[in-house]
Amino acid sequence: MTTLDYIQLIVFFSVLTGLTPILGNFMYKVFTGQKHFMLSVYGWLEKLTYRASGIDPRKETDWKSYTFNLLIFNLSGLVFLFLIQVFQSYLPLNPANLPDVSWHSAFNTAVSFITNTNWQGYAGETTLSYFVQMLGLTVQNFVSAATGLAVILAMIRGLSNKSSEKLGNFWVDLTRSTLYVLLPLSILLSVTLVGQGVVQNFKTYDTVQTLEGTEQILPMGPAASQIAIKQLGTNGGGFFNTNSSHPFENPTPFSNFLEMLAILLIPAALTFTYGKMVGSVRQGWTIFSAMLILLLAGLSISLYAEYSANPVFGHLALMEGKETRFGITNSILWATSTSAASNGSVNAMHDSLSPLSGMVAMINIMLGEIIFGGVGAGMYGMIIFVILTVFIAGLMVGRTPEYLGKKIQAFEVQMAMLAILLPNFVILLFSAIASVSNPGLSSINNTGPHGFSEILYAYSSAAGNNGSAFAGLNANTVFYNLTLGIGMLIGRFGVIIPVLAIAGSLGKKMITPTSAGTFRTDNWLFIGLLISVILIVGGLTHFPALSLGPIVEHILMNQNITF
Amino acid sequence: MKTLITSIRILLFFTILTGIVYPLFVTGIVQFAFKDKANGSLIVKGNNVIGSKLIGQQFDSTIYFSSRPSAVSYNPLPSGGSNLGITNLKLKRTVEERKLSFIRFNQVDGLTDIPSEMLFASASGLDPHISPKAALLQVDRIAVARKFSSVQRSRLNETIENLTEKPQFYIFGEERINLLMLNIELDKLSAADHIFKIDAFSGKVYTKSNCYKH
Repeated sequence: MTTLDYIQLIVFFSVLTGLTPILGNFMYKVFTGQKHFMLSVYGWLEKLTYRASGIDPRKETDWKSYTFNLLIFNLSGLVFLFLIQVFQSYLPLNPANLPDVSWHSAFNTAVSFITNTNWQGYAGETTLSYFVQMLGLTVQNFVSAATGLAVILAMIRGLSNKSSEKLGNFWVDLTRSTLYVLLPLSILLSVTLVGQGVVQNFKTYDTVQTLEGTEQILPMGPAASQIAIKQLGTNGGGFFNTNSSHPFENPTPFSNFLEMLAILLIPAALTFTYGKMVGSVRQGWTIFSAMLILLLAGLSISLYAEYSANPVFGHLALMEGKETRFGITNSILWATSTSAASNGSVNAMHDSLSPLSGMVAMINIMLGEIIFGGVGAGMYGMIIFVILTVFIAGLMVGRTPEYLGKKIQAFEVQMAMLAILLPNFVILLFSAIASVSNPGLSSINNTGPHGFSEILYAYSSAAGNNGSAFAGLNANTVFYNLTLGIGMLIGRFGVIIPVLAIAGSLGKKMITPTSAGTFRTDNWLFIGLLISVILIVGGLTHFPALSLGPIVEHILMNQNITF
Repeated sequence: MKTLITSIRILLFFTILTGIVYPLFVTGIVQFAFKDKANGSLIVKGNNVIGSKLIGQQFDSTIYFSSRPSAVSYNPLPSGGSNLGITNLKLKRTVEERKLSFIRFNQVDGLTDIPSEMLFASASGLDPHISPKAALLQVDRIAVARKFSSVQRSRLNETIENLTEKPQFYIFGEERINLLMLNIELDKLSAADHIFKIDAFSGKVYTKSNCYKH
């Protein structure tokens, strides 16, 4: 690594940390209904949304209705997105005359985008019309991220309510998240990205005569507007097949910097918002620190692995699946961020990363997407681990565990365990099935342990709602489209429902005032405990599977064994 | 039932807002502010579009700087990488072959450190750049193929230096050179001295100044 590499990393994390309180404070104002500058720009739009949809914004609901509204809204999105894909040839804005999408691919894609996974079994430029990309995918990019924000807002109200069942209004949370947070940031980012060279048009594909005299067809489309929200909303579904490694999606190192920043921006800022909303900014920074430490640890291992010489290629820089303009450091920083943040967009092919770098990406996902994590999702996933940590700490010192004055009892711990175990269950069980069955094995691109890694990564990505892939795996088959689709649904709603149940249960409890005997959850001791719990749970669950994939591959690579 | 109706109404509202108004609004701004970039940074020569500044093209012939290996041969429909793992024997063999053929093709010393982007395929398969070092290693071969005078040769070296893009704002990314732009300049260099127009396939040499019309 050169000095410039280190400078880029320092600039990146400084800017991220610097923006956290600024955006965090703004979101705090938005979500608590205070005055903020966006209100004057389009507060009218919020009112219009309620009127057009017949919503009474003052009506708050308990956790069951909140969950029910959320589920029905997501189901409507699922059905709509499925239908416009299977009938896309009858719909407008299809200049490349792309045919209807198959039912299983359409199911997979629809699930993928409503669950904020944005796994892509298809190649955008040869599969989906502009109509589907805009009215289907772009819309879900917004509302699936807004759904994540709604869940964390309900959770925060559960934590700060004083003996009340009301968790807020799902429709209001959805609307405010979309209008005041996601939309303005997306407009700002997409215009800036076009300034760097990202395409944004409605032209037909351009045919050009190359210098050497062959024909090249250049795909076009309204890419920038989708890319901005795919990064900001931790969605990650690219406009083109190779996502943000495609020069039309990510043309310059600066566009790369902005897109990477956009991956972590909202999840990081949410920690500050959280702190403000529960009444202690320190609590927010505590969680921010735990997340940042885990991210930097993974990043260090990944950079070390990628820059190390190995017997297979000697001292050659491992540029397979990487772009010249980004080089290795920016590719690894992206890979670590995108896997940690449940984003899933890529600027380098993860399949061609060195075994340990690929493993770091996998672990980031397997830990539950809580290292910053998805918009909203990372924060509520982290609170699940906080509850578990408080519980374990309580057992160790022999007193009733409390978090922010709320007693953590059997129900909360049961629900927390459910939210942790369900995605892991998907990863291990489905990977096991795929690695011993024909339809599972016939799709792999690499043999040896790396082939198993492809399968393991795919189900981790689905269950963690990440969406990135070891893309050699041909996942556009009936088997993978269906199992991954089911995995994504469990990974999303198998966490959201327990989280909202916890929120409902906590909301009804009283807040115990802090005393000298209260276990503190805003200091370094707690950060250490939290990180340990996360690593122990993740390690115990996934070490056996990882040792069959990337770990053994790393050992074999060092003995110059190839497959 | 009431929830379902609300869901559909708000989904419809957001579909119009974020699915239609938002992309059109952004398109409106950028088609005004960055028209050229929004439309793909196309390079026009006469009446023909000869490519996009951002999308790499395949260059195999001796008279052009060679492009990086690509898993999709620079065909953008669809873009793609090889997705081969580091322990894949096929990748190892391919890299060894590419190394040998680079050495043979450019007549460089067998011990030369070949920049690794010339041996490994890119992520998109459309990488428009190579490193300046990879360009410099090809100068001799091109000068011979184009029968360059020593003046033209030194101009070529200058061109490489001029087209080299430093890290953006001194901080971001790697030093690189846009291959298509470089090869266009290369053609101009030949044409400017009224010496050659070379057919990429037959290797025939013409004394015309316009290289782009076929």
